[in-house]
Amino acid sequence: MKYRFSVLATTALLGFAAASAHANTTLRVAVFPKLDQEIKDVLPEWKKLHPDVDVKVSALAIGDHHNAMTTALATGSDLPDVMAVEVGFIGRFAAGGGLENLARAPYNAGQYKDQFIHYTFAQATTEDGAIVGMPADIGPGTLFYRKDLLDKAGVTEADLTRSWDSYLAAGQKIKKATGAYLLASARDIEDIYIRADLKEGEGVYFDKKGNPVVTSPRFVKAFELAKKTRELGLDAKITPWSNEWAEGFKRGTISTQMMGAWLGGHLSSWLAPDTKGLWRATNLPNGAYASFGGTFYSIPAKATQKALSWEFIKFLTTRQDIQLDSFQSIDAFPALLSAQKSDFFAQPVSFLGGEKARVIWRDAASHIPSIQRSKYDQVAEEAVHSALDKVVDGNEDIHTALQEAQDDITHRVRR
Amino acid sequence: MSDLMSQSEASVLEPREALPFPAAGRRRLFADPRKVAPYFFIAPFFLLFAAFIAFPLLFSLFLSFQSWDATSGLSGMKWVGLSNFTFTLTDHWFWKSLYNTAYMAITSGVPQHLIALPLAFFLQTCFRRWRNFVVGLYFLPFITSSVAIALIFSSLYSTDFGMINLAISEIAKLPGLHWIQPDHHIDWLYNATTVKPSVSVVIFWRYVGWNTVLYLSALQTIPGELYEAAKIDGASGWQQFRLIVLPLLKPMIFLAVTLSIIGGLQLFEEPFILLPNEGMGTGQSGLTTAVYMYRTAFHDGDFGTASSIAWLLFVAITGLMWLNTRIFNRGGMKEAGK
Repeated sequence: MKYRFSVLATTALLGFAAASAHANTTLRVAVFPKLDQEIKDVLPEWKKLHPDVDVKVSALAIGDHHNAMTTALATGSDLPDVMAVEVGFIGRFAAGGGLENLARAPYNAGQYKDQFIHYTFAQATTEDGAIVGMPADIGPGTLFYRKDLLDKAGVTEADLTRSWDSYLAAGQKIKKATGAYLLASARDIEDIYIRADLKEGEGVYFDKKGNPVVTSPRFVKAFELAKKTRELGLDAKITPWSNEWAEGFKRGTISTQMMGAWLGGHLSSWLAPDTKGLWRATNLPNGAYASFGGTFYSIPAKATQKALSWEFIKFLTTRQDIQLDSFQSIDAFPALLSAQKSDFFAQPVSFLGGEKARVIWRDAASHIPSIQRSKYDQVAEEAVHSALDKVVDGNEDIHTALQEAQDDITHRVRR
Repeated sequence: MSDLMSQSEASVLEPREALPFPAAGRRRLFADPRKVAPYFFIAPFFLLFAAFIAFPLLFSLFLSFQSWDATSGLSGMKWVGLSNFTFTLTDHWFWKSLYNTAYMAITSGVPQHLIALPLAFFLQTCFRRWRNFVVGLYFLPFITSSVAIALIFSSLYSTDFGMINLAISEIAKLPGLHWIQPDHHIDWLYNATTVKPSVSVVIFWRYVGWNTVLYLSALQTIPGELYEAAKIDGASGWQQFRLIVLPLLKPMIFLAVTLSIIGGLQLFEEPFILLPNEGMGTGQSGLTTAVYMYRTAFHDGDFGTASSIAWLLFVAITGLMWLNTRIFNRGGMKEAGK
């Protein structure tokens, strides 16, 4: 009996060993929608190159995804092999030291720098020169507007974009003729203005030494514009991504929206599909160029299959056909320059009434400056937004509110 | 075998004749399974308690003395002593959130009890056959998911498309009521002045049924003879309520108020879902301390400060508990014990 047992055991062990020799390795990828859809679409391509590597994709809503990644990085357990990080979080994740530095060997990500739109690489590079993520997609800022509402009010596209003052004047005409608001929230104008005229290497809220600069004239003018927008009754006081915002698009009560180019995809799929053909896209007013969003793929420092992760990331980001495919399927504007040269860009966009919007966006992307990121950007943004609320809702004086925000930020950053 | 069983154990476990015990000489090395078995039975609860309640509690206390950016991993913790606490105590957003929390706790909590108690008395005296059904209706909001409630209410409160503003417009069309109509639609959840009352209404609506059930169950312990004796003595309904019900209900009022204080100070779900920007609202007008703690941890990435907020909130709740006990316990519990 003992003898038979040991024979059985040995056979079983040999069987397992044989099986594992042929078993596929699994690569775990954690993303947020709609990147999961995109990865599933390109998996067959990947399988051709690496038939023995399975890719397991997990996706959570964008906020939950970053919370989950924070928790995973905190404990070092349950980390994915590749994680998608949105631009708003990359600063924080990078500062924590939880992401692999891709500038070093064997990755040498710096060699790809010239192949991408230049500001995206800067976004993923820390002050010490560590590259913590490869750019996957970008969000060139654009102005979407309802052509039919503009026509009714007798306003042209040039009126909208000539200057901020002409933008607001156009908004008044639109309000009078159609009753529609110019924009969803006065905060949008403030957010764009403070990013609009930055020079290369400047930060939005902080200077190079890390001191907050929210009392500078740039912020004062931004607040003045926002206050004027509210006083003229041009904003719908709606927060983006809320149900009311979606309703505003469906019912045509919001006539323009400044956001990343990817909003076009959202508008056509779920926000307001019935308004097809009524929207157009153009550059931001007053020659402003800004970036909205953007995704990076990173490798956690404690991941176990880093070489394989790097292969997958290169597959997703440096291959022109994959980048183009993701643009076509999920509207993710490619960060790779060679992908932007495709004929696809010259094709008319049917949702935007046949406008060749992608060419406009490609051109806008090339003008966006590299902005210095800080770990405290989100803290500063919150302080500035509350100051703005006090000014437009509570009639507080602009300079007092900005000084309070400045003190707040200084207080927090000192930690 | 009989010397293994003591008299106390005989009633707990049935004796078994052929226990697979080792030889008598090695018996002392193995614990008696009948003595050890109870510990195995209660172990699941204690394991879960240790893992999900005790450990997070102690870790949070430990964290409040550290500076920790979670994404740097467990090794990234730095001891900073009381620095997190001094920062929080000098942070005017924290004090603002405490003010908001206290305001909403009071404006939602006080009406809950003022209405629940007479309502319970009313249900006790006037409903007999339908009582359970009516109580069930009042209890329904309590058992409904708070996320579902908050989503529905945020649609109701919507400025341009919500039913409440629509109803006001419609009512204002009735003759003589046109003065109700405000200049423009009220931004219930957006305007700093209307945010807190709007959220308080939702919380009140949700918990009034729970308090009614509590008071109703306490009312049912009052013997009917007291009411009859009072009626014979010529007491009116109001006097019966004031002189019989209230004093005898003091322990239950104490319990219900305690639960309201704790729940009110820990307000998170309703503000988080109803208010824009994940609970921040406009200019922190609806920010509660629990939401602020969540944002400090996950939005700003500062787990140490967030833990200090949690413990300072705990101190606040404990303080109010003590006050509550002093007010109610001076009479309440001792009287009921007589």
